[in-house]
Amino acid sequence: MLSYYFRMAMHSLKRNKALTGLMVLAIAMGIGASMTTLTVLHVLSGDPLPGRSGSLYYPQIDPRDMADYGPNVEPPDQLSWIDGMYLLKAKRATRQALMTGGMVPLQPAQSSIYPFHAMALYTSADFFPMFEVPFQYGNAWGSAEDDSKARVVVISANLNDKLFGGQNSVGKTLRLQETAFRIIGVLGAWHPQPHFYQVYMGSYADEEDVFIPLSASRDQHMDHAGETDCWGNGGGDNNTLEHAPCVWLQFWVQLGTAQQAAAYKDFLVHYSQEQHAAGRFLRPPNVRLRNVMQWLDYQQVVPSDTRLQVWLALGFLMVCLVNTVGLMLSKFMRHAGELGVRRALGASQRALFGQLLMESGVVGLVGGAIGLLLALLGLWLVRQQPTDYAKLAHMDTRMLLATFGLAVCASLLAGLLPAWRACRIAPALQLKAN
Amino acid sequence: MQIRPVFTALRRHRLATLLIALEIALACAVLCNACFLIINRVQRMKMISGVDESSLAFVQLTGFETKGAKDLNARMLNGFGGIAGVLSAHVINTVPFGQQAGTFGISLERSMRNIPAVIDLYLGGPGSLEALGVKLVAGRAPQLADYVTLTNDFPSDAPVLITRSLAEHLWPGGDPLGKEFWSGGDYHYRVIGVVEHLAIAQPGSRGVASADWSAFAPVQPGPFLAGGYLLRTAPGEAPRVLRDARATAMKIAPDSVLDQDASQTVSDLRMRYFENDRGMTRILIGVIVSLLLVTALGIVGLASFWVGQRRKQIGIRRAIGATRGDILRYFLMENFLIVSFGVVLGIGLAYACNLMLMKRYELAHLPFYYLPLAAVALWVLGQLAVLGPALRAAAVPPVVATRSV
Repeated sequence: MLSYYFRMAMHSLKRNKALTGLMVLAIAMGIGASMTTLTVLHVLSGDPLPGRSGSLYYPQIDPRDMADYGPNVEPPDQLSWIDGMYLLKAKRATRQALMTGGMVPLQPAQSSIYPFHAMALYTSADFFPMFEVPFQYGNAWGSAEDDSKARVVVISANLNDKLFGGQNSVGKTLRLQETAFRIIGVLGAWHPQPHFYQVYMGSYADEEDVFIPLSASRDQHMDHAGETDCWGNGGGDNNTLEHAPCVWLQFWVQLGTAQQAAAYKDFLVHYSQEQHAAGRFLRPPNVRLRNVMQWLDYQQVVPSDTRLQVWLALGFLMVCLVNTVGLMLSKFMRHAGELGVRRALGASQRALFGQLLMESGVVGLVGGAIGLLLALLGLWLVRQQPTDYAKLAHMDTRMLLATFGLAVCASLLAGLLPAWRACRIAPALQLKAN
Repeated sequence: MQIRPVFTALRRHRLATLLIALEIALACAVLCNACFLIINRVQRMKMISGVDESSLAFVQLTGFETKGAKDLNARMLNGFGGIAGVLSAHVINTVPFGQQAGTFGISLERSMRNIPAVIDLYLGGPGSLEALGVKLVAGRAPQLADYVTLTNDFPSDAPVLITRSLAEHLWPGGDPLGKEFWSGGDYHYRVIGVVEHLAIAQPGSRGVASADWSAFAPVQPGPFLAGGYLLRTAPGEAPRVLRDARATAMKIAPDSVLDQDASQTVSDLRMRYFENDRGMTRILIGVIVSLLLVTALGIVGLASFWVGQRRKQIGIRRAIGATRGDILRYFLMENFLIVSFGVVLGIGLAYACNLMLMKRYELAHLPFYYLPLAAVALWVLGQLAVLGPALRAAAVPPVVATRSV
């Protein structure tokens, strides 16, 4: 029966090519625009560490003075050195790592490569096991290296390819800011997107090229990049950051269960109370403990332009759909006489309704296929844009299926009203009119 | 021309009429808001930096030893001075549309109880303010004695020039000359001059109002001010000078890192800074064009259907004396009524969308004059779209009335 409906639909669609073409075009343009923007939104709001992100948390406390104090104010996004080191050393979570980013001048041994800036992450030992960072060669440093301010470095696969041709470079020396660091590990493929653990160097930035113990980076006076927020008499001078009332460090913890998370939050409140009692914190305890997805949401990493584009595209799709409803209605009503004959010959209203819906379904499928091509073209255009997330704009299977789903649903929805209207005609009236 | 018969006919096609009107309403809402967004972006892209962009280039070096910074500055300035087309070379921390530097919150009291503004402090060596080409509107330019020596990233006590908008913000209606402000309690600044405009390094990143909240402190180049160089060139010479300057920098300081991204002409920095806005404007224009196209095609499709359906009636009207013009006007009037209905719906929808956008984005109220403009645009679009089918209707011969099918 379905194949018969399909043949009927094809026959009917072929009869008025211009109108059919218009409907297909309208659906295709609406779908193409919507799917391009939805795909970009989908990849940008993805989970950077699927399966693990729920157990990784970002603790925030509020060490600021009373200036600009108000109810419901959010604690700062980062930690000061004193608080960060305390929380790190307290080891109240399964794993914890303190970090900040920077740009380090890298002087390659080869004279063929000019010195350049390498994006660096200064962190502590737990960073690698906590985020399950894969290693190609060698391994991460441990807490001993953290404590001894060891001049060791873990480099990315990318940098290893660039400087050592992809060979095992463990044990070799890397000159960073005129100081020799020993390479102890080379990362494998690791591209968490968004760049969740450090959003200050670009939310969709590439991973860092060099990872250095935080203690060693401070020892070597390496410049930290990103945000430094100071209050009171804080100067924000890089050399005195340890003592200044400034926040500039990011801190992540791994907490396996909800109970652990609750206990950790209590710990943060306790610590704030203690500090408040000691007079170091002037504000009453104000803590947050967000997991990865909540943190990304709070930081609004998805560019607002991307959301705006989605709204625009959906508005456009609406116009296209209303347009299709109108065209479909005119098409069905034009053949009202023929429908009347079919009714008179014994076709039930349901059968007619099904046939008409099949027609709009076919339009939706063809429109979806063309819309998919338009969306691929749109994504290609997005990739030509000079934004840091441009390279991520690719269609995946889920979005591919969603495209067809959306197209067929949209056109069936568009066909519903006209089909219902058309199959309600009284057969006798139509026959008499002819 | 009678409108009543048109109304009567439309009442018999309520569903189709409503659909077209709805489409027009949606189109009106999207059109108004998209145009408004475009105007906003265009205004942003026209932002006045206050500097002579076309004759400035910036070179950024890093990765050198602090000890050798003073020597590096001297060698660099000497080297840049030798490049043909360079009018002057100066040390500066950053330029408008360059990397953010020297950003801090300031207060009018030493206690820092209130922080009325977060500003960018430009630190520049002798001659750099003049080289930037900013326009002095009050007070005086820094003299040689004003250039202070840095012992830290920020000068602890320095005369500064501020922009007019910052002066107006800090001391509304007052005379800013001689006034003082503090940062971090220990850093003290005294206003000696006011410049017309000097955009912060990343204008708009801290809100629209603060795009011009900057100050300039005259500072002696040294260990804490080194690596950033401003080159003043003859107009149009900047790209070539920059190429030469990059080569010179790499020759003079082969061990330092030349920041390729930051070392650009100021015009190019500006181009790159507004890249996203340009992209968004293109997308918005694309949306508007497609939207108008789809709407027009929808009108053509439905009007053609109506013409086909009413062939016989048209024939009868023609047979009993209606002229071609009458038929043509009938269809034009019909479309005009539908579009008007749609526009009325669309005005409400446009404002609803605008309110939604205002909540999420830093956006003003939709100005009222957008609505008549959008209405006119949609009326013209509707009339043009319906013209083809209407002409075909007008061409229906009266003899059709006598045929049975």
